[in-house]
Amino acid sequence: MTFFYDKLLGGKQGAIGLAIIALLILVVFPLTLDLFRLNLVGKYLTYAFVAVSLVLLWGYGGILSLGQGIFFGLGGYGMAMFLKLEASDPESTKIQSTPGIPDFMDWNQITELPWFWVPFESFGFTLLAILTIPALFAFIIGFAMFKRRVSGVYFAIITQAIALILTVLIVGQQGYTGGINGITDLRTLNGWDIRDDSSKYILYFINAFLLLGCVLVGRYVLTSKFGRLLLAMRDKEDRVRFSGYDVSNFKIFVFCLAAMMSAIGGAMFTLQVGFMSPSFVGIVPSIEMVIFAAVGGRMSLIGAIYGTLLVNYGKTVFSESFPEVWLFLMGGLFIAVVMFFPNGLAGIYEKYSKRLFSCLRNGGDCGRRVTARILSFRTKSRATDDRRTGEAA
Amino acid sequence: MGGFSYEELQAILVMQGFAGLSLFSVLLLMALGLAIIFGQMGVINMAHGEFMAVGAYTTYMLSTITETYVPGFMNYYFVFSIIAAFLVAGVIGYFLEFSLIRHLYKRPLDTLLATWGVSLIMQQIFRSVFGAREVSPTLPEWLMGSYQPTDTIDIPLNGLFVLGLTAFVTGAVFYLMFKSRWGLRVRATTQNRLMSGAVGINTKMVDRLTFALGCGIAGIAGAAFTTIASTGPTTGSLYIVDTFMVVVFGGAASLFGTIASAFSIAQAQSIMEFFLSGSMAKVLTLLTIVVILMLRPEGLFSIKIRK
Repeated sequence: MTFFYDKLLGGKQGAIGLAIIALLILVVFPLTLDLFRLNLVGKYLTYAFVAVSLVLLWGYGGILSLGQGIFFGLGGYGMAMFLKLEASDPESTKIQSTPGIPDFMDWNQITELPWFWVPFESFGFTLLAILTIPALFAFIIGFAMFKRRVSGVYFAIITQAIALILTVLIVGQQGYTGGINGITDLRTLNGWDIRDDSSKYILYFINAFLLLGCVLVGRYVLTSKFGRLLLAMRDKEDRVRFSGYDVSNFKIFVFCLAAMMSAIGGAMFTLQVGFMSPSFVGIVPSIEMVIFAAVGGRMSLIGAIYGTLLVNYGKTVFSESFPEVWLFLMGGLFIAVVMFFPNGLAGIYEKYSKRLFSCLRNGGDCGRRVTARILSFRTKSRATDDRRTGEAA
Repeated sequence: MGGFSYEELQAILVMQGFAGLSLFSVLLLMALGLAIIFGQMGVINMAHGEFMAVGAYTTYMLSTITETYVPGFMNYYFVFSIIAAFLVAGVIGYFLEFSLIRHLYKRPLDTLLATWGVSLIMQQIFRSVFGAREVSPTLPEWLMGSYQPTDTIDIPLNGLFVLGLTAFVTGAVFYLMFKSRWGLRVRATTQNRLMSGAVGINTKMVDRLTFALGCGIAGIAGAAFTTIASTGPTTGSLYIVDTFMVVVFGGAASLFGTIASAFSIAQAQSIMEFFLSGSMAKVLTLLTIVVILMLRPEGLFSIKIRK
């Protein structure tokens, strides 16, 4: 029991934080928001998978991947391929020249289902593929790079290039991937309609529980010895190496774990939104997901969820009413977070919560103390001003 | 070879090779600036593409002004617009370094994010000022038309001009970096910052001017770019990944490597483009680079320095 409490929940502080976010996602949002907004929140929460994975990878591991969209996309496309095959049974596609294959293939004069689509007819294989293919891909990239001690900005640039390659490939190979439009018009999952209201609620809750599960896994990883090593590697990689640890293996592991989490997010995205397209794979979404994690706090798993929700809320509000302001805000957000709040919302919370809690405990004289502080600051600064003017005179 | 005669194939090779040279020029101009900033200072400037767009928009503005007020000057304005593009982009770069970059030298990953933010803001400024449509300046007459050595070969003049400009800028950068006092200071600062400070080099000023120079060269790239294609708010971001690949592939600290890698990437892409679709050519080129970089992370030409 103590194991469970300490390792998964992260002690009292962690348990409270987790309880609040769980309450917010599982109770407050479903009760207060209408279905359209709730579905939107569900979509944001799928991005939060990526943000949480970036906290592990970037915040603790010091590895900035600008290609998490790759894994989000792989997961999403895996799910979309299964759903698309189910949606294009011979009966509903009988007007096509080749019935039984997805419509975009028919438009591109493909007459046979490509070999890599065939296994996705099985739901079991699809679920397995969503978890293993991104992890395998991450393993190959990670093995090639970390074993050769490629890190820092080089790793960031190369992952970005891979994200670009994948996008160009998906857009270019229209007949096999659906091109720029992506895979659309998805209807049922094993005969269960994913578009009606009740299934939207069910999918939202599955998504929320999976996300909380990812946070728990992240907690477990970070509180274990591995988490300590990860931090040590970030700060002094050479020392960890000289202590006899194989640094690259740890990096590969955390990269694969992050890839898997992102892929789950991608698959849930497809299920909830009903399509998948290359615009969620490329450079721009990948780097935006980094900013979700950065706003929430790159060292806080739960903060990443808040960051994702907040930035996406802002994006929705502003791009509905003032689309031209949004890019300014987004750009400003990148700069402000880096320059002034490197630890994001979680950092701000940690800085002020202690002060707030301690003065609440002392019986509510916070106001007076703050005034006293301001007064003392003013007298101090006036004193320095006086000295300065004195010197000038 | 699918029904092409030997002569036609030769002509295709020459023209496709020349198309590669044009791409090479733009890539090299972009990458030179980036190589100076990234290679010498270790700063990742994701807004580099937007500095190119600044140069391109400066050229567009000068062209419009000349056309409206002094139409007789149309034949000469382009030369001035190259200089103006260099200055405008350089000055913006100078202030960017002063206000943002210099606080982040110790955090390269954060610089990457912050400059991405800068690039978003600059893109939106372009969109608000010049509109979302792509624009292109009116080119002087001597840049239009083409040179025809034989009946089948057709080489555009603007490509030749850009090639010449690239050669000139590259020569100037090499002179500046390897023959002038200033270049000596830059190289000294790169190799050992503390020691350079100790012998009286103002390392902060060196950083600022290096950054400004890199941005200025990106501005020249933008001016050259207007002769080949039109400019939109997101033009710069289309090239930024390619440019980074050029710099990393060539070996970050080696200017010679940058030239070699820009050449090989541009030629590979434009020759493959003829046989495959454009997107597959790009995929194959980038994939090859990534694989080579995985096998040889330090790039083609690396300088051996003690770290």
